[in-house]
Amino acid sequence: MNKELLLTAGIHLLVAIVILGFILFVVMYMIWGLRRIMGFMQVRIGPNRLGWQGLLQTPADALKLLQKEDVIPKGADRWLFTIAPIIVFVPAYMVYVVMPFGDGLIAKDLNIGILYVSAITSIAVIGIVIAGWASNNKWSLLGAFRAAAQLVAYEVPMILALCVPVIFAGSLRMGGIIEAQEGGWFTNWFIFRGYGIPALAFLIYMAAGLAEVNHIPFDIMEAESELVAGFNVEYSGMKFALFFLEEFAAAFTICAIAVTLFFGGWHAPFPFLGENLTGIAKMAVSLFWFLAKTAVFVFVLMWIRATWPRVRVDQLMNFGWKVMIPMGLFILLAAGTVVTLGWVKL
Amino acid sequence: MEITGYNVAFIAIAAMTVTSAIFVVTLPNILRSALFLMFTFIGVAGLYVLANAEILAAMQLLIYVGAITVLILFAIVLTQQLMGARITQTSRNIVLGGVAAIAVFAFIATTFVSHFSKGSDMIAAQPAVPTSDPLLMIAKMLIQPYVLPFELASFILLVAMVGAIVIAKEDKD
Repeated sequence: MNKELLLTAGIHLLVAIVILGFILFVVMYMIWGLRRIMGFMQVRIGPNRLGWQGLLQTPADALKLLQKEDVIPKGADRWLFTIAPIIVFVPAYMVYVVMPFGDGLIAKDLNIGILYVSAITSIAVIGIVIAGWASNNKWSLLGAFRAAAQLVAYEVPMILALCVPVIFAGSLRMGGIIEAQEGGWFTNWFIFRGYGIPALAFLIYMAAGLAEVNHIPFDIMEAESELVAGFNVEYSGMKFALFFLEEFAAAFTICAIAVTLFFGGWHAPFPFLGENLTGIAKMAVSLFWFLAKTAVFVFVLMWIRATWPRVRVDQLMNFGWKVMIPMGLFILLAAGTVVTLGWVKL
Repeated sequence: MEITGYNVAFIAIAAMTVTSAIFVVTLPNILRSALFLMFTFIGVAGLYVLANAEILAAMQLLIYVGAITVLILFAIVLTQQLMGARITQTSRNIVLGGVAAIAVFAFIATTFVSHFSKGSDMIAAQPAVPTSDPLLMIAKMLIQPYVLPFELASFILLVAMVGAIVIAKEDKD
């Protein structure tokens, strides 16, 4: 056998396992954080018994889900029912290939970077539709219909908003977009530049992102109070855990991409906070800044989840097609205009 | 044939594409066919990546997987009669269809064979890495020499959309 080939394959496999471990760890503590934060906001305590401050609660819950009996409903299409959670989870995992965790901490800086992210995430909706249909349950099917309509509608404003930082940076590469926001001070981040056009794009991106990851106030495909639990009502045990994992991994992705595109990626807000380091220290500090900034947005998402009511289906569709898409087209035009006329210093 | 990363990846992806394509046209359950159609599209995207055409691969995923497969699934799921129905994928004209299929296959096969006999070894040769950024090349092509066909394509899409709305619109009286 070719030794070099085996070595390369081994390194790639190791990176893949590290990323999977990172996702599992982050999702577990996002769930713990969500339960504690929502508890705080609703004036109750939340899980605090198992381990210090309840830190072992979600690992224990995950173990419990793993041990559960794998129930497949009698009328379900067994094969499709089983493959659907995998189709939903794998794209959410693959996105992490281009995630810029820090200086030099990126699995592969593809030259199509952000386009890859939107292309890969568009696969998940197929898994949701298949899950809803294969369950052979009216609630599931209704959830799947809603999912398809919602995800396809909100993909458009999301991609339009993503175009704005790409136009400003002149690159689709994650690394290129971060380089364009370099310079030490936080005023170089796209969100504070370009006459507020990127700031508007950020708002559109976050709103569309909430809809894409099925988050309150746009979680009408799950809608516990009308659809029981939507497309995943028949799922239990490990398969349900995969849907759950995907939802939280995707929410983290939305926040991380927002940080990368609009908030300077792994750069520190002030030059004296780690911009002058080199080597391994720079890696560690940049990883810290990336995770810290992302954590702020994850917290905002949880805050929204704890405080906002759910929109109705027709409101969601109206908002998507009649507000978000025209606004997205407008900011795209505005960004193109200011860059072409040279009104922004790039 | 030498074992290189490229060859292993090519054979794996090509096998996946062809196998799922066969499933698309043979499975009795139309929703499963649609699912395998998705795997075929993903396989084609993988082949594009191996040919150093990442932008084409991303577009393949975005349009064929993210939009067209979703549309097909949506149409299937909305059609009540198809739920749980087993359908055969061959019609009464199986003989004529078979002849047509063999003719098309023979045409493609002869094209390939004549190409190989000219001395190019397509399987072993790895596509050359492009010297300049292919993304930039495509962008410049679309904006400069091919701007009219590009705009025309979007105009045709607009016409199709307006047409669909006119047909679907309810008569008020």
